Amino acid sequence: MTTGPSAPFSFPHRHLLGIEGLSPDDISQLLDRAETYIDQNRQADKKQSLLRGRTIINLFFENSTRTRASFELAGKRLGGDVINMSAEWSSIKKGETLIDTAVTLNAMHPDVLIVRHPESGAVQLLSEKVDCAVVNAGDGMHEHPTQALLDALTIRLRKGRLQGLLVAICGDVAHSRVARSNIQLLNTMGARVRVVAPRTLLPAEVDRLGVEVFTDMRKGLEGVDIVMMLRLQLERMQGSYVPSLREYFHFFGLDYTKLEAAKPDALIMHPGPMNRGVEIDTEVADDIDRSVIRQQVEMGVAVRMAVLEALSQEPRNIAPAK
Amino acid sequence: MSTLFTNARLLDPASNLDRKGEILADEGKIVAVGTNLKRDGAEIVDCSGHCLAPGLVDMRAQLREPGDEHQETMATAGLAAAAGGITTVVALPNTDPVIDELALVEFIARRSRDVGLTRIRTYAAATKGLRGKELTEMGLLAGAGALAFTDGVTAIADAVVMRRALSYATNFDMLIIQHPEEPRLAEGGAMNSGEIATRLGIPGITRVAEVMMIERDLRLVEITGARYHAAHISTGEAVDAIRAAKKRGLNVTCDTAPPYFALNETAVGDYRTFAKVSPPLRSEDDRRAIVAGLRDGTIDAIASDHAPQDQESKRLPFGSAASGIVGLETLLPLALELYHNGSVPLLRVLGALAQRPAEILRLPAGKLEPGLQADFVIFDLDRPWRISVDAFHSKCRNSPFDGRPVQGCVLRTVVAGRVIHSAENPT
Repeated sequence: MTTGPSAPFSFPHRHLLGIEGLSPDDISQLLDRAETYIDQNRQADKKQSLLRGRTIINLFFENSTRTRASFELAGKRLGGDVINMSAEWSSIKKGETLIDTAVTLNAMHPDVLIVRHPESGAVQLLSEKVDCAVVNAGDGMHEHPTQALLDALTIRLRKGRLQGLLVAICGDVAHSRVARSNIQLLNTMGARVRVVAPRTLLPAEVDRLGVEVFTDMRKGLEGVDIVMMLRLQLERMQGSYVPSLREYFHFFGLDYTKLEAAKPDALIMHPGPMNRGVEIDTEVADDIDRSVIRQQVEMGVAVRMAVLEALSQEPRNIAPAK
Repeated sequence: MSTLFTNARLLDPASNLDRKGEILADEGKIVAVGTNLKRDGAEIVDCSGHCLAPGLVDMRAQLREPGDEHQETMATAGLAAAAGGITTVVALPNTDPVIDELALVEFIARRSRDVGLTRIRTYAAATKGLRGKELTEMGLLAGAGALAFTDGVTAIADAVVMRRALSYATNFDMLIIQHPEEPRLAEGGAMNSGEIATRLGIPGITRVAEVMMIERDLRLVEITGARYHAAHISTGEAVDAIRAAKKRGLNVTCDTAPPYFALNETAVGDYRTFAKVSPPLRSEDDRRAIVAGLRDGTIDAIASDHAPQDQESKRLPFGSAASGIVGLETLLPLALELYHNGSVPLLRVLGALAQRPAEILRLPAGKLEPGLQADFVIFDLDRPWRISVDAFHSKCRNSPFDGRPVQGCVLRTVVAGRVIHSAENPT
C-alpha cells in the first residue's frame, strides 16, 4: 500500500451534484489530480490509504454495471470501505420514500453517498437531507458530472487541452444527462460545442445552452476535433422518436463516410454501453487510432478517485450554499 | 336582524362605485347602499374607513372532501376561505368518490351548511368518474345545485365527448368548464417546455398544448352554441384565442390564478416542487400576457386554484411530485399586487374576484346591490405584511409564496350579513 500524492487541493463544494456551478479552476484541479491516479491504477499495487476508515455507499436506483464498478474501484483503491445498495434490495420498492431512505442511510454515518436515480433532481433532493458528501452518478436527464470529467480527462490527455477544441455531441441529446454535463463542462473550459441529432431528439431551446445545432451529421462533423456519440435507448428507436434503426443509422450513425468530414485526427468517444450498428459502426468503434472509448473507461476510475478525494478532504473550505 | 356597515370605502365594480358610504343588510340580503342610511336598531359594524367590496367568489378550488380529508376538509377549507375574504368557493368534482351523482352534490351542500362559514358550492363532473366517456346526469345534477360541469384537473379530451357535453348542456343552459390542455402533448411533462426545463432535465409541456385545446373547443362552441369557460389559462396564445372568440361574439369566458400572473417558470429554480402546478408556470412573456388579459378584461376572473397537497406528495423528485398550490388565503393579496404595481385598476381586480365569477356562475352575489346576498370582504388596501404558511388555516402548506411581502389584508369577511371572520389585530 502506498500513501500516494497528498498535497491537498481546494475543492470548495460539499457535494458534486453537477458540472453546473463548477469553476474552470475546480475542473482543472480535479483533472490534474485524476491524472496522478492514472499511473497508480496501472501498477500491481493499486491501493493507498487516503480514505482509510471512510464509508462510501453506492446507492443506485437505476441499473448500472460500469459506473457502479468504477466508483467501487475508485473508493477501494483509495482505501475506503465501499458498500453497494441497489433499488432491488433496498426498501424503495416497498414504498419508502427517497427522503426516508436518505435519512436512514444518514443515520449510518457514511462519508460519501454516490447516487444514481432515474429522476432529474432526485440526487440534489437527497443531498439536502444528509450530512455527508453526495456524488451525483446520474440523475434522470439532468447531469452525470463524473462522465463529463472523465471525458474531459480523456480529451486532455490526447489533445493536451480543452480550450478551443471543436466538439460534436451526437445522438439522443434530449434524454441525455451525459450531453448536458458535457455541454456545461466543455463550455466552461472554453471548447466549442455542437449538438447533432434529429429534431425529435433535441430538447427545447437547446441552442440557449450555448451550442450550435445541426440536424445534418456531415455538416455537424465538419472540422471537429472530437466526436462524442450518445447511446440511443432501444425503446426510443422504433417509431416514437425515430422511425427505425435503419433510418437512424443511415442519417446519424457514425461510420467512416460521415467521419470524413471531421478533422483527420478527430477522436471518437462514447459513454457506453454502445449499440453497435445503431449509433456507431463497429469498425469505427474499434479503430485503435481514433476511438478512445476504452481509455474513457480507464479514466473513469481515475476521475472518480479524484472526486472522492476532493469530497473527503478535512477541513474543507466549502462555499456557502447558493 | 339588520346590520349596518358604516364608515366604509365602498367598492363595487358592477356600478363603478368607489366612495365613502355605508351598507345595510337584513335577513342575509343587502337592503340599501348609500350614505346616512336609517339605522333603527341595526347592529353597527364600523369599517374605520377601510374598503368594503363584494365578498370574493372563488370559482375554482379543490377541497379534497370527500376522500382526502388528510389534505383538506370542508371545515378547514371554510376557515381558510373565510380568512381569505372569500364568501363563496366552488369545489371541483375530482374528489374520491367523484362528484358525479346527485347524492354527492347534496352531500356538499349539507356539509357547507354544517360548516356554516364561507358558502361552499360545487361543480359536478361532466363525464362519469371523470373518465371522459359517458356524460353525467347534467339536468338532475344541475337541479340538485351543481353550478357547472367540468372534469376538474383533467381535460375533456375526446372531441366527440366534448361536443356532446357542450351540446347536451345547452338543454339546461349550463356551463361547461374545461381544463384546457391537450393531454397527449402534456403527457409526462412536469414544467413549461423551454430552456429551463432543458437545463434541469425535466420533461416539458409545450405552451401550445393549452391553446390547441381552446381552439378546438371554440370550434365546438360555435357549432353547439354552448356556454364555455376555459379554466386557469397560462399562455399568451390562450389569451389571444379567447380575446378573438369574444370579439366573434361567442359565449366564452375564462379565468386565471395568481401563480400565472405573480410567478413565472424561473420559480421552479432548483427543482422547487412547490412551484409545480398544472398548467405549469410559463415564461415571463406569458406572465405579462396574462396581466394584459386581466387589464383589458379578456380574462374574466381570478380564481384561487386552491390545490392542497401534503408533504409526502411534494417532498419527492420534481417529476414525481404532485401539482398544486394552496391559494385560498393568498388570493386577495396576490391579486391586489396587480393594483399596487399599477398593472390593473382596483375595480377591475375586484371585479375579477367577485362580480365576474358570480355572473358567470349566475350567483346572486358579487355586487353591492339591494336584493343580493350580503356577502362582503372588508379589507385594509395598503397594509404591508408577509405571507406565512404557518398562519394558514388550510391543512396544507404547499405555497411558493411563503415569505412574500404583500400589501392589503382582510379585516372581516361577511356572509349573509354575519361576520364569519375577523382579523386578530384589525387596525
